[in-house]
Amino acid sequence: MSSRREFIRISFIGAGVLAAGAGTYKVFKTLSSPEEVKKLIVDLKRTPTYCEVCFWKCAGWVYKTSEGKIWKIIGNDEDQHCRGRFCPRGTGGVGMYYDEDRLKTPLIRVEDRGRQVFREASWDEALDLVAGKIKEISVKYGPESLALFTHGSGSSYYSTLFKALGSENIAEPSYAQCRGPRDEAFFATFGEEVYSPEITDIRDTKCLVLIGSHLGENMHNGQVQEMSDAIDKGATIITVDPRFSTAAGKSKFWLPLKPATDIALLLAWMHEIIYNEYYDKKYVEKYCSGFDQLKAHVKDFTPEWAYGITAIRPDLIRRTAKEMADASPAVIVHPGRHVTWYGDDTQRVRAIAILNALLGSWGSRGGFYRPAKFELPAVSLPLYKIPSKTWSDAFPGKYPVASSPVSNALIEASIPENNPGFLIKGWFVNGTNLMLTIPDQTNTLKAIQNLELLVAVDTMPMEITGWADVILPECTYLERFDALRAAPHRKPAIALRMPAVEPLNNTKPGYWIARQLALKLGFEDYFPYEKLEDQLDWQLKKIGSSLEEMKRIGVKTFDRELDDLYYTDNEIIEFPTDSGKIELYSTYFEQYGFDPLPKYVAHEEPPPGYYRLNYGRAPMHTFSRTSNNPNLTDLMDENTLWINPKVAKEWGIKTDQMVWLRNQDEVVSEFPVKVRVTERIRWDSVYMVHGFGHARKQMKRCYGKGASDTQLITKVLNDPIMGGTGMRGNFVTFITEKSETEVAS
Amino acid sequence: MRYAMAVDTRKCVGCSDCVVACQTENEIPIGFCRDWIVEVTDGTYPQLEMEIRSERCNHCKNAPCVRCCPTGASHVVDGGIVLVTRNKCIGCGACIASCPYDARYPHPAGYVDKCTFCENRVKNGMSPACVAVCPTRCLYFGDLDDPNSNVSVVLKKRKYKTLIPEAGTQPQLYFMI
Repeated sequence: MSSRREFIRISFIGAGVLAAGAGTYKVFKTLSSPEEVKKLIVDLKRTPTYCEVCFWKCAGWVYKTSEGKIWKIIGNDEDQHCRGRFCPRGTGGVGMYYDEDRLKTPLIRVEDRGRQVFREASWDEALDLVAGKIKEISVKYGPESLALFTHGSGSSYYSTLFKALGSENIAEPSYAQCRGPRDEAFFATFGEEVYSPEITDIRDTKCLVLIGSHLGENMHNGQVQEMSDAIDKGATIITVDPRFSTAAGKSKFWLPLKPATDIALLLAWMHEIIYNEYYDKKYVEKYCSGFDQLKAHVKDFTPEWAYGITAIRPDLIRRTAKEMADASPAVIVHPGRHVTWYGDDTQRVRAIAILNALLGSWGSRGGFYRPAKFELPAVSLPLYKIPSKTWSDAFPGKYPVASSPVSNALIEASIPENNPGFLIKGWFVNGTNLMLTIPDQTNTLKAIQNLELLVAVDTMPMEITGWADVILPECTYLERFDALRAAPHRKPAIALRMPAVEPLNNTKPGYWIARQLALKLGFEDYFPYEKLEDQLDWQLKKIGSSLEEMKRIGVKTFDRELDDLYYTDNEIIEFPTDSGKIELYSTYFEQYGFDPLPKYVAHEEPPPGYYRLNYGRAPMHTFSRTSNNPNLTDLMDENTLWINPKVAKEWGIKTDQMVWLRNQDEVVSEFPVKVRVTERIRWDSVYMVHGFGHARKQMKRCYGKGASDTQLITKVLNDPIMGGTGMRGNFVTFITEKSETEVAS
Repeated sequence: MRYAMAVDTRKCVGCSDCVVACQTENEIPIGFCRDWIVEVTDGTYPQLEMEIRSERCNHCKNAPCVRCCPTGASHVVDGGIVLVTRNKCIGCGACIASCPYDARYPHPAGYVDKCTFCENRVKNGMSPACVAVCPTRCLYFGDLDDPNSNVSVVLKKRKYKTLIPEAGTQPQLYFMI
């Protein structure tokens, strides 16, 4: 069983046929005169879309040339997410369409002369196989033995399918590998999450505090734009980061703290703000509970105490606390987004939430605004079966506060040795490259070997597809309709995505794939519309618009029902927490046996000769999904390993030298990575951008370029509160030379 | 009329959106670019300063590329924009060698290419593609002879510098510091 599933990196059967279909790569026209350019502009047709290169989902226009080829993508001026300006990934989204390495047709894993390979299949054959296997597993083990891992716009269709089947094992790695701790911390404190796009009122803030959040490198478009507005208006930026991030370079105060000590700093700030009576007394009295307990809790956490832990000078802690207080309530201690770092992440973000409450920023101009979401009419569907078991029954009592299924728990539940309450036997993976998303790859592979079915839906031959039994090639967002975007923002709004061009090759939209499977499984009632656009038109007509209108305008923004973007003085607010107040002291955490107030606990430090592996984002890439995009690869085609000059000198390592990394568990990076010697990184850590070091040769541009941080994250610091996978407790050392045999292996 | 661009280095995050927007707008082949990002870090940890610049052709008042061009392909048009006439360019590369800013590249189609300030867009009342796309709005473009233009207004308010002023090229790309 253990060797059943080989990672297929050898050529496809019938690769020649595939190559023949690849002649669609963009031909660059040379325009000889401005007149010709002008003529083109006049001839242009544009269609609305919202971006799928990241989760921000900015709305824009796809422009085509007179020959009907996609030319460029430009932001929609009416869209609150992007204000007419896409980020580099959105602008370079054209490369997702033109990438000649895209998946082109369904593939099925077969044995060929003792070797596992993929062979091309028709959609009907591939979907019959998937539906048959799903049925078989449902009958044999129950529908709860099926798990969906998903990301992006297709999630809603596959979720419908899974719920119709009777499985609620629907996990988005964006929860337990990313923002989950933040959601739970803000839930516990304010009874509400911070949403996406975040409800941070950066535009009007007077003080923006970033705790390891590297806005500008993480290109969360609206926030980066508003940070720029805030800089223009003279706002103070305080950045806490062991690395001199881009944001640190824009900051009035950069606090270069020792890694993994953030909570100590946050506690010292609370101490300063409470004991100097900087906090918003009226706000705290009116809205908050547990102030006295908090005050007693932080009594001893002086800046001097924190200095010994964080290496941040007491005067700097005091000055920055004062700076926040002076800006209060127009201050944002930013909740962050990717916050699964050290396993006590929910508590760290709780400390952030508490600080915001003390400063009165929640519900205030320049702090956090109240979001408004447009509620679209829902298509009425038959009731879903109530599953006999859900993901939390796999390990009863574990991660009690998790409000979404925990992807890593589902992976653990796929391994019989873990004795889960029930065993997962089939995975359906949509738009998430689990191999570069979930830490501890060996564990993921162990789980995969125990599966009876692994289906992967993607546009690219990502690593996870190499482990699949069936690969279903989705067309890109530029070639399909998707559900209307109705994310919360300052004003309620909707946005349309429609195909700018027909799907290339034999690729299909997610809605079509999910619906075909539903038909084969007898769940057609859950997908009443054959064409998604007919459903959109029905929804739009119900609200007094139409598909026709949305095709013309792309984005429709509505007025808020009430003028209530911020709290007003006379407003009585009942917060959706147990006490109806903002809970500085969390009774919710207390009832589950977790600390009701955040505590600082020292984390393991790197052993001599090892350095903490830190990772982050580059503005021109999203996770590992854009690494082969021709336009974005042109901007950045590999990651580099940042090393402090002192460390580099000690090791005799120079910029541009290639090194391998070995972690604390003796895992060596599959590929070498180029060194960047820079003062921007502390001497006790190294840094790389996440998402590189791809191991699939089918992605020709990014194969073997740079190193994969995920491969080196073998030690996972689990957050007991909500199951998050803390990924910043891994230490690496350098291998400067490898013998030829080692390299070959 | 004198077109110029100002770059607010305090706002630029170096995301390279200007680069990719220029590439798609002007259909620059993959592997080449008309604009690019420079990051300069000074100091020793933790006393550090960083400047990020979006750079491109400086559309110099005293342009060495125009003077050295043997065929007249490199020339100046209204507003001081330096352009290359493709069918006059023989690809000799003299202009590439003469440019202190390394702003030109040999296009695979056989001519030398560079930033045009998106002259075709500007003529139609639009701003250059890089300016229109920049998420941080750190790029300002306009007519320096017009005291009310975007670029004039912003340069009046802020300290700025030009790159390699000692080359005597009188560059028209201003970096606000």
